[in-house]
Amino acid sequence: MTAPHSVAHPRPLTPDPLLRVTDLRKYFPVGTGLFGRGGSSVKAVDGVSFDVLPGETLGLVGESGCGKSTTGRAILRLIEPTSGSVTFAGQSVLDLGSTALRQLRRQMQIIFQDPFSSLNPRMSVGAIVREGLTIHRLAEGAEADKRVKQLLQEVGLRPEYSNRYPHEFSGGQRQRIGIARALAVEPKFIVCDEPVSALDVSVQAQVVNLLQDLQRDRGLAYLFIAHDLSVVEHIADRVAVMYLGKVVELATREDLYREPLMPYTQALLSAVPVPNPAARRDRIVLTGDVPSPSNPPSGCVFHPRCHHPAKDEACARIVPPLEEKAPGHLVACIKQAPTTVTWEQQQAAGATRPPERYLPLAALHA
Amino acid sequence: MTEPLLKVENLHTFFYSENGVARAVDGVSFAVGAGETVGIVGESGCGKSVTALSILRLVRPPGRIEQGSRLLFDGTDLLGLSEEQMRKIRGNRIAMVFQEPMTALNPVFTVGEQIAEVSRIHEGKSRKDAWARAVEMLTLVGIPSPEQRAKEYPHQLSGGMRQRIVIAMALVMNPALVIADEPTTALDVTIQAQILELLSEMQRRAGMSILMITHDLGVVAETCTRVIVMYGGEIVEESSVGDVFKAAHHPYTEGLLGAMPRVGGGQERLTTIPGTVPPPTAWPVGCRFHDRCPYAWDRCVNDHPPLYQIGAGHVSRCHLAEEPEYRNRPHPPLVEQVMGVGGVAQGGAPGERENVKDRSELT
Repeated sequence: MTAPHSVAHPRPLTPDPLLRVTDLRKYFPVGTGLFGRGGSSVKAVDGVSFDVLPGETLGLVGESGCGKSTTGRAILRLIEPTSGSVTFAGQSVLDLGSTALRQLRRQMQIIFQDPFSSLNPRMSVGAIVREGLTIHRLAEGAEADKRVKQLLQEVGLRPEYSNRYPHEFSGGQRQRIGIARALAVEPKFIVCDEPVSALDVSVQAQVVNLLQDLQRDRGLAYLFIAHDLSVVEHIADRVAVMYLGKVVELATREDLYREPLMPYTQALLSAVPVPNPAARRDRIVLTGDVPSPSNPPSGCVFHPRCHHPAKDEACARIVPPLEEKAPGHLVACIKQAPTTVTWEQQQAAGATRPPERYLPLAALHA
Repeated sequence: MTEPLLKVENLHTFFYSENGVARAVDGVSFAVGAGETVGIVGESGCGKSVTALSILRLVRPPGRIEQGSRLLFDGTDLLGLSEEQMRKIRGNRIAMVFQEPMTALNPVFTVGEQIAEVSRIHEGKSRKDAWARAVEMLTLVGIPSPEQRAKEYPHQLSGGMRQRIVIAMALVMNPALVIADEPTTALDVTIQAQILELLSEMQRRAGMSILMITHDLGVVAETCTRVIVMYGGEIVEESSVGDVFKAAHHPYTEGLLGAMPRVGGGQERLTTIPGTVPPPTAWPVGCRFHDRCPYAWDRCVNDHPPLYQIGAGHVSRCHLAEEPEYRNRPHPPLVEQVMGVGGVAQGGAPGERENVKDRSELT
């Protein structure tokens, strides 16, 4: 199947990424002594790498405290990453000075989770949407007024609303205002940080549809951060799963939901309540809580809670590389065959059970 | 048929504010049988939480349970009890599990003390016996090293652990009824699975009834036997869990199901319910859902529908029960016709809804 394609397209089929994140880390110091020395750190983001292609939606999922929001903010430098690199449209984001960074932010925007705290209550909706236009000198005067009204209309708000204040709007409408604000500067890429988590299901559907329409019309790329796996399946082209600051699985949406290979992803999918009373699954119920990121487990961070039948001593000793198990399907697990960590290496680390392919379908699909 | 454990009859709970009377719960009747799990679902502002609070008589002024409401619990009308008598029922015969375990627990007492307090108050147990009971409860809800954990404060525990504490506290007295108000909404999905598992295991052991208040139809499907859908302070549909997912009758229920993305559901466009829930101070005349409904016709504008019997144990507050042919004529709902794209009516401005009120010409 692929051979005729490669003849027709001498260049690789995948376009250059719009955003490339390489080995991104963000450590927060805790319990520091005088002058910040002698303390330990919370490894909120610990070596995260992924690409976002133009016009694509990459879903970033995980539970609270896994570092997904910190990743989104570190990419935009709303918090300064500790190390790693972020390249946006060929420019190295982490090396930019403040002026250049401000210019770049025109192309990279963010939509926040909480529509109640992310809008300035003292500014009218028009002023909120207009601010970006002014800062980036995109429009002024009557021209800016016109743009604001167009933007409000585009996100499904009445243009007359521009004189009103955020408190006059419902949660879903505020989220639309946040979207209009982000769109004002005509970005190519938007970090959507749990944009629908605070909304009721009917309003959530409205906002999800709006985001999809805007992507289609404007060719936007999204990093869609969420804890809700069903929303991510609905909107994402590819999905990265995070656990304790690391990406543990990265695949296309179809592959990830059909054949999740990282045991953590399996448990996560299996835990989602199914709105079908006839469906009864053998649910994988994880024991215990997510360990503290200030003192993560050794080896594979998931091993204390893992249910893979081949789990053994080696899992506590070897840090699993994020490696390709199938074309385009990256998984960090040395027990999920195939793996580049040889059996000899595993045995040297105390392994007693060889890797095997483990996919508990009964726990995943109703 | 035996008498149900809880029978709510014609419950009206109103809030009196400067902006008018908010009819948060407006004529709700249902029953919960012994050992049964009943779900109440609906979106913010539908009245599901106020219903729960009303059953425990925890509604504070300016809220008031109106005359004519009846709350029959095990044969007695809770509304006829004195505050003193009511206190003996709360936490004892009827317990509540709240959504946010951090605010439901007192930050300045250890969790052991808080659980022990329940049996000291209700059973007059000694400090020592009550403490032993608290540790026993912690073991029961699956807290590792319970003796140790009992001496810790809420902030030292994770969210899932705190919710286990809240459940332990609710179950100390072996209540006949547990009201769980969004018990897993603040939790991650893997922790949610643990808590739901715990609740159903506790129910198997103790045989209590559960009234599960939630916005998540997935949670309902997994835990409940019967489901009540609320909208606009009223019950709009009630049926067995099987029926509501297979053959939802009310357009609002249908809308909720369609708006919900599902794992394995692919990427087909989500159906939305345009507009938002109207304010409880001004429920629409006629059917309260009519301006957001894709099937509404002129009758729905002024004629408030009763609960029609659809099938065995299945009722729906929709005129489609009498005139099913209108289901074949979907159209953009009124709120979209009036307001334009997205149906974003009622931008908070008080006058806005009034425009919508004059709808007759549009149908």
